[in-house]
Order: sequence, then structure tokens, then C-alpha cells
Amino acid sequence: MTAEKVAERVRPEPIRAVPVRHPGRWVAVAVLAVLVAMFAHLLATNDAFKWSFMVDNMFRPPVVEGVRGTLVMTVAAMIFGVVFGVVVAIMRLSTNPILKSIAWVYTWFFRAIPRLVLLAAFGNLGILWSRLELGVPFDTEIGKLFGIADVQLRFWGISTRDLLVGFVVGLLGLGLSEAAYMAEIVRAGIQSVDPGQAEASAALGMNRGQILRRIVLPQAMRVIIPPTGNETIAMLKDTSLLIYVPVTAELFFRLDGIGKRTFLPFPMYVAATLWYLFLTSILLVGQFYLERYFSRGYGQGQRATMRLRGLRAEQGGLRPDPGGAP
Amino acid sequence: MTATEMVRAENVHKSFGHLEVLRGIDLAVATGQVCCVIGPSGSGKSTFLRCINHLEKVSAGRIWVDGELVGYRERAGKLHELREREVAEQRSRVGMVFQRFNLFPHKTAVENVAEAPVCVQHEPRSAARARAAELLDRVGLADKLSTYPGQLSGGQQQRVAIARALAMKPKVMLFDEPTSALDPELVGEVLDVMKDLARDGMTMIVVTHEIGFAREVGDLLVFMDEGVIVESGEPRDVIANPQHNRTKAFLAKVL
Ligand SMILES: Nc1ncnc2c1ncn2[C@@H]1O[C@H](COP(=O)(O)OP(=O)(O)OP(=O)(O)O)[C@@H](O)[C@H]1O
Ligand SMILES: [Mg+2]
Repeated sequence: MTAEKVAERVRPEPIRAVPVRHPGRWVAVAVLAVLVAMFAHLLATNDAFKWSFMVDNMFRPPVVEGVRGTLVMTVAAMIFGVVFGVVVAIMRLSTNPILKSIAWVYTWFFRAIPRLVLLAAFGNLGILWSRLELGVPFDTEIGKLFGIADVQLRFWGISTRDLLVGFVVGLLGLGLSEAAYMAEIVRAGIQSVDPGQAEASAALGMNRGQILRRIVLPQAMRVIIPPTGNETIAMLKDTSLLIYVPVTAELFFRLDGIGKRTFLPFPMYVAATLWYLFLTSILLVGQFYLERYFSRGYGQGQRATMRLRGLRAEQGGLRPDPGGAP
Repeated sequence: MTATEMVRAENVHKSFGHLEVLRGIDLAVATGQVCCVIGPSGSGKSTFLRCINHLEKVSAGRIWVDGELVGYRERAGKLHELREREVAEQRSRVGMVFQRFNLFPHKTAVENVAEAPVCVQHEPRSAARARAAELLDRVGLADKLSTYPGQLSGGQQQRVAIARALAMKPKVMLFDEPTSALDPELVGEVLDVMKDLARDGMTMIVVTHEIGFAREVGDLLVFMDEGVIVESGEPRDVIANPQHNRTKAFLAKVL
């Protein structure tokens, strides 16, 4: 077809069709509006909420301190979990059968136990030992075997009451449990990377550590980040379980305490709900930016460039010249 | 072996379990020579290439690159496996280009090329990037330095992959069907880069189905089938009058 012929043709009238109607949507909107109104009515008129009491107590210094404690614990437990989880995942993927089975048993054990039970048990670890000591195992027993009484080969010790303060126990419990879940996530991420990547790196002379750190893990991140974000949010919520250790510098412990002391627990639970909603929302925003960073070089970035190009075309960058095809 | 031999394989065998993939390969490629390897699918061409940089361990036989035994050290008549670090160092002297490019998708073109020099040879980052830019210019991609592989065409990706391998200043380059995953109109640009390399005196072993390339650039043509070298020689001779029936049958199919 020549350019002239194209130019001669008359442009057809734009389509003006009757759009498809969606009556169901309007019914749904009406039903929802009624439900929302009912809920608002409940919030506004039911005295049990005690809004002013709640607001007064929600931002008191001990509660804000509890929020800080919750955030610190979330971050610390996640760092513990991620670092240890990566180690366990690498053990799980190694060719060494001993490391492999240790990693398997670890994830099996910690994934099988509810966090609540784990934390409650950890809170009572002090019962097992009054002192924690580093030395040769079975030293006294071995001594008896050779007829020497009371042999003690211990190099270093600390009283468990000093060591097992609530925060450390809570961190240990949450971190160890998290590491088991993170190990599975990291393993899936590493396995999702094309083996050709490791092969190409090896062919360039990189060693296993370099390949893992510089090539495989960064690519695995794209798969690892979204579930890790979810884990972080779950962790933030699970810090409320620390009340069973107990850890005192923690949001739910503080609000629960006020509720019990004033015999008004319900408003304080509502306050906890609002706090957790707020904190979780902040984490969601952070997750969005992290995901965007680690998907660079992949589909989403490409799509964004396409969108930019399209924009430029609309602004006249690629406008077809008058004689050319439309 | 003589000093001018860059790659030498002696009676190389390789088995995967019960499957014997290589059944006694003997090959010598002189410094600066281009050796093209052809053969039907499954004949063991890729496996042989991977043995040359020890990505696969040979089951029997020996391979030398630049006079150095690959993957082992011979002491008092006994073979000792090399440590991971030593194997990595041997590999860094052998460049490899893959059928599926295997570029690092999370790094830009220039980062892909600069990665190994920085990471393995501890070259300063700025110097490595400058050299990477030169190499990309050499393969005709001066305007794609900060483009991610996902935004490059297949031919461009393969040229980045060649630049990436060259960045380690290898003594020999291995190509495993470098143009097989490309659209026909992109094959030429990659072959041109390889011809340039050959002209500059790079020793190359090229597994390919591009008979034209083998005839034009190759110094040696090797036809492999079922794990052995059936026939080898001057490319023009082998292509014009193959001696073995299997070679004839294969050439009839690809020509
Ligand atoms: N890691 C492996 N484990 C088991 N078998 C393998 C492995 N790698 C290759 N093989 C087998 O070895 C044989 C030769 O494979 P190879 O990839 O070397 O052939 P090729 O000549 O390169 O073929 P193509 O032209 O299809 O690439 C094939 O039968 C293949 O299935
Ligand atoms: Mg192959």
C-alpha cells in the first residue's frame, strides 16, 4: 500500500457503543454501605470502647517504650533469623552429608514447634542450668572412670540468671524459630537461580563463596524478598507472644498490663490492634521499595521503560510523518 | 608435547553413571589455531568442552592447557586433585561462551564484563570498568554499557558474553554453539566478532553448526560422533570430501 493511498482514505467515525451494564456491582455497593454504617454506629455509640480512655493510655511513655521494644525485637530477631537461616540453607544445599542432615533436623525441629510453646519453654530454661559453663562434656563422669573424684574441666561460666534475661531468651526463641523458616525460603530462592549462572561464574574463575555472594544470592533475592517481608510482618505480630517469656519491654505486655490494672482490657486490645495496624502498614511500604530494588534488570523495570517510551511517543517523539502510514 | 600446543587431550573418557559419553578423545590445538567441532546432538561435544576447563571431571585420560595438566597435579607418578582455588585459577585462563549466554541478569553490560576481573584478579574497580568499556566497544556495543541483559537482543547478549570472557585475558576461548539460540539475522554479528578474534590470533575451540564459519575461519575441523573423533583435518578437505560414511551423512544433513 502506498503512502498516498493511505492519506486518501477517510478516517471512520469513532465507535460510540453502549457499555455493558453491571447491575450486580450496584447491589454490592448498597449492601456494603449498610454494613459500613452499622459498624460505624457500633464504634460511635457503644460505651465499651471508651475511646477517650483508650487514646489517653495509648501514647503513655511505657506504651511508647513498648513500641520501641517491639520494633527492636522484630529487627533483631529477623536479623538473627536471616543470617542464621542463610547459613542453614547453605548447609542444606552443600554436598557434605553431615551438614545436610544437621540442617534438615534443625528445620524439622523448629518448624514443628508452635512459637508460643517454644517461647514459654525458653522462658523456663533457667531450670535446666543454674550456671552455663563452657568446658569438656562429661568431665566429672570421665574423671570417675579413671578413679579421680570431682574432675572439672571448665573454662568459662556465667550464671543463667544474668544471661537469660527476658530479652535474650525472647530473641533466642524467635530468632531460632525464624531461622528455620528463613532457611527454607533462602533454599527455594537459591534453587530458583538458573544453574547456568553458577556455571558461567565458575568458568570465569570465581570460587564457590564468590559465586554465592556475588551472583547467586543477589538473584535469589528476587524470590527471597517477598516471603521475607511477610515473615517480618508475621514476626512483628509474634512479638506479642513474648508475654509468655515474659519480656516486659514490649507493646502487648504494656497494653495488657494497663488493661488488667484498670479492669478495662477491651479498649487496650483495641489500642493494640491500632498500633499493630500502624506498624504493619509501615513495613508494607518498606517491602514495596525493597522488591522494586531487587527486581532491577527484570520484567518490571523493562515494563517501566516501555511505559516511558510510550509516553514519549504520545508527546510527539515518534509521531508518524504526515505522508507515512498512520 | 610441543611448546606451540595450547590445548592437548589424550585418550579422554567421560562417563555419567553407566553412560559413556566420551570414549577416547585425542586432540591437539596449536596456539593461534581455530578448531571447529561438529557432530550430531548427544555426541559429547559440550561434555568435551566442559572437560577442558574442568567443569566436568574426566573419568580417564589427560587434558593440558598451555602445558599445564587440567584439574590435577602429577607427583611421583600419582595424580592429586587440585584445590578449589587452583582449579579456579586454571579456569580463569580459559574463556567460555555458552549457547544460552548466561549473562548475569542483575548486572549491566559493563558490570557483567568487569565482574570477574574485580572479583578474581582484584583489579581496581575503575580500571576494570574502563577495560570493560573498551572490550564492549571492540564487540560493537559502546552504546550499551549500562544496559541490563534483559533489554539486549540475543546477538548483543552473546557479544557481551564474549567480552566478559575476554576480560580475563584468556589463553584459549571455548565456544559452545554460540549462535544456536539466535534468530538467523543475528547470527552474522556474533560470527563477525569471532572472526575478528581469530584474526587477532586467539586460540579457539568452537562447537558449531555453522559450516560456512568453519570453512572460512577454521584451521582444523573435527567431526565427533558417539564420543569419539571420527574424522578431522583441514576444514575444506573434510567438507569437500569426507572419508567416513558418518561424516558424509552428517554433512549432507547440515549443508
Ligand atoms: N550431567 C550429565 N549427567 C548425565 N548425562 C549427561 C550429563 N551431561 C550430558 N549428559 C549426556 O551426555 C551425552 C552427551 O551430551 P553433550 O551435551 O555433550 O552432547 P552434545 O554433543 O553437546 O549435543 P548437543 O548438540 O545437543 O548440544 C548426552 O546423551 C547427554 O544426555
Ligand atoms: Mg551441546
